[in-house]
Amino acid sequence: MDSTARLFPENAHRALEDRQLQSALARFGEGFPVKRRNAIDRLPEFEALRDAGKAIKEHTLEHLDYYLEQFETKVTEVGGRVHWCTDAEAARQKILEICRASGARTVTKAKSMIGEEIGINEFLEHHSVKPVETDLGEYIIQLRHEPPSHIIVPAVHLSKEQVADAFRAAHPQFPSDRVLEEPRVMLDEAREVLRREFLSADVGITGANMLVAETGSIILVTNEGNADLTQTLPRVQIVIASIEKVVPTLEDATTILRLLARSATGQELSVYTTFTTGPKRPEDLDGPEEYHVLLLDNGRTSMLGNEFKEMLRCIRCGACINHCPVYAAVGGHAYGWVYSGPMGAVLIPNLIGVGEAGHLPNASTLCGRCEEVCPMRIPLPRMLRQLREKQFEAKLSPKPIRWGLWGWAFLARRPALYKLAMRVGVGTLGAIGRRRGRFRSLPMASGWTQARDLPSPQGPTFQQLWSARGGRRQ
Amino acid sequence: MSGPRDQVLTAIRSALGRRVLPEQATAALDRRLAQPAANVVPARGRLPLAERIELFVSEAQRVNATTARLPDLQAVPGAVMAYLRQANLPAAVRAATDPLLQAVPWSSEPLLQVAHGRAQGEDVVSVCAAFAGVAETGTLVLVSDAHNPVTLNFLPENHIVVLPTSRIVGAYEEAWQRLRGTLGHRRMPRAVNWITGPSRTADIEQTLLLGAHGPKQLHILLVDADTGR
Repeated sequence: MDSTARLFPENAHRALEDRQLQSALARFGEGFPVKRRNAIDRLPEFEALRDAGKAIKEHTLEHLDYYLEQFETKVTEVGGRVHWCTDAEAARQKILEICRASGARTVTKAKSMIGEEIGINEFLEHHSVKPVETDLGEYIIQLRHEPPSHIIVPAVHLSKEQVADAFRAAHPQFPSDRVLEEPRVMLDEAREVLRREFLSADVGITGANMLVAETGSIILVTNEGNADLTQTLPRVQIVIASIEKVVPTLEDATTILRLLARSATGQELSVYTTFTTGPKRPEDLDGPEEYHVLLLDNGRTSMLGNEFKEMLRCIRCGACINHCPVYAAVGGHAYGWVYSGPMGAVLIPNLIGVGEAGHLPNASTLCGRCEEVCPMRIPLPRMLRQLREKQFEAKLSPKPIRWGLWGWAFLARRPALYKLAMRVGVGTLGAIGRRRGRFRSLPMASGWTQARDLPSPQGPTFQQLWSARGGRRQ
Repeated sequence: MSGPRDQVLTAIRSALGRRVLPEQATAALDRRLAQPAANVVPARGRLPLAERIELFVSEAQRVNATTARLPDLQAVPGAVMAYLRQANLPAAVRAATDPLLQAVPWSSEPLLQVAHGRAQGEDVVSVCAAFAGVAETGTLVLVSDAHNPVTLNFLPENHIVVLPTSRIVGAYEEAWQRLRGTLGHRRMPRAVNWITGPSRTADIEQTLLLGAHGPKQLHILLVDADTGR
């Protein structure tokens, strides 16, 4: 997918002024955080599970080559095929090749962030294969030709009226004067339309929440059941997964599953957790005859070797997004690519470059809520800071910021000068602002004072107070 | 030129700053895979049988499944008919041929039509057999094979699942151990389905709706004595 991450400031401004989006974000609100809290309160072992989950991922990443080879062996044993892909283009070509070999015209898809990452839908359409998204939210945004605005609730930015409009435009088979006001009615319409697609598709494409090295199984987690129809009905199944999705055993996967839904939607477990291992067995009555798994690198091995390695523990639950004040203010599309929120702000620059996505790590107040709720304890704020450093070092940040930081560093390294500057600065501001007690606007800080007043400094500086109270340097 | 497989594996090893793992290291990892160990198992997944059954029922109901408790398999046809009647559905089901369900005396309900085989698009009600039930979240474990097609779990709008209470385990890990006992280590059927309530979505304005693409109703028949007699 093409990125507009470089336009984050403009995107964010537009998002803040978009009333419809703001009301959708307000509706989204604290729903998931509250449900998550309730689910965790029912499970006293949650913190211990987080430690265990983190340890499993760390162990797997240290032995990633071994576990991927084991996974491959087991898939091959049951008659499946594994295809290794270094980048998005290789994955797209492989998928097209499989579709063409099976004469596929329609492909059903179960929401996959890797599918979004490699832009598989546009690519297949361009090559005359029709992809049909089957997750309700993903289906809606496909009709609107939009990327997802949240990794687990892709259409969270839309109102039901917008969904109704999309359905009217896309479903001419129904009477144009039908009433489409209730979500129930829209769901039933989508169910009817998609049921036909499920039954006639030639190929089903899914992602994978995890891969299990012990058995060569892929795990898919959904609430709708769409992934199961996608991977049961068509003659050919294609699974696309990035390499960090592998875990050693079913027990390890189980530990992570106890964390996933609780962190994501606050459910104890999603409705359907499916472990699929290879194609239809000779005696089976249903299931695909052909089974392919694509193992995709696409930037993961570079992260494995750098300071962002811990990001590879991410299980894509979305908890960091649900708890992010910046996401809550601007929504997912402002980030300009397929991921969003704190995980997106770390992942996107790593996958498409700091030059393109250098703004994103700045889209954070570093409040730390994301790290607090991350089931895998990924140090997201630390990584955001490191990406800011990278952006600074590569001279990619805007000049006023670079000069400002340079000026700050100059002062901070010269304590005497710093002390003097503070005394003068604080004294002057204090004197000017004494009457009102606050500033409604300040030169060079209009962005800050636009929405709030700056209280004027009162009395001495911190350092003066510190020495007056007998504070000492360590 | 090396292929993509070698490229990815080489890139992984160079990122980890090492070569192919030495044999001792892989032997330890082989053991980890051959003897999978449970990690953290929550206390609520370690209850005695009676409480386990109670927890299973209350967790399943929390996620909108309905349940009925039956003394034995003889009572299954009547319970299925009762379900169809209260839901105002025709007296026809498609049932799996799992050995458990073969012991069900379907002919005791002469008006009930029972078809077998994989589900078709028009099927309204299916009857399946659970391999296990997991008390900690009220989750059903269904396993695919020649008698248990996966389509029965997803295509019909009404999913009736027969679960002998003796198959209710505390935690998911026990279900894995039981499956390994049946199939052997490092082996899986094509599909293992964990099912926790009927299908749902909240993709339109976070309105929770049951019956997205899978069943709208999940009805669990808990059977205390799982022999036909």
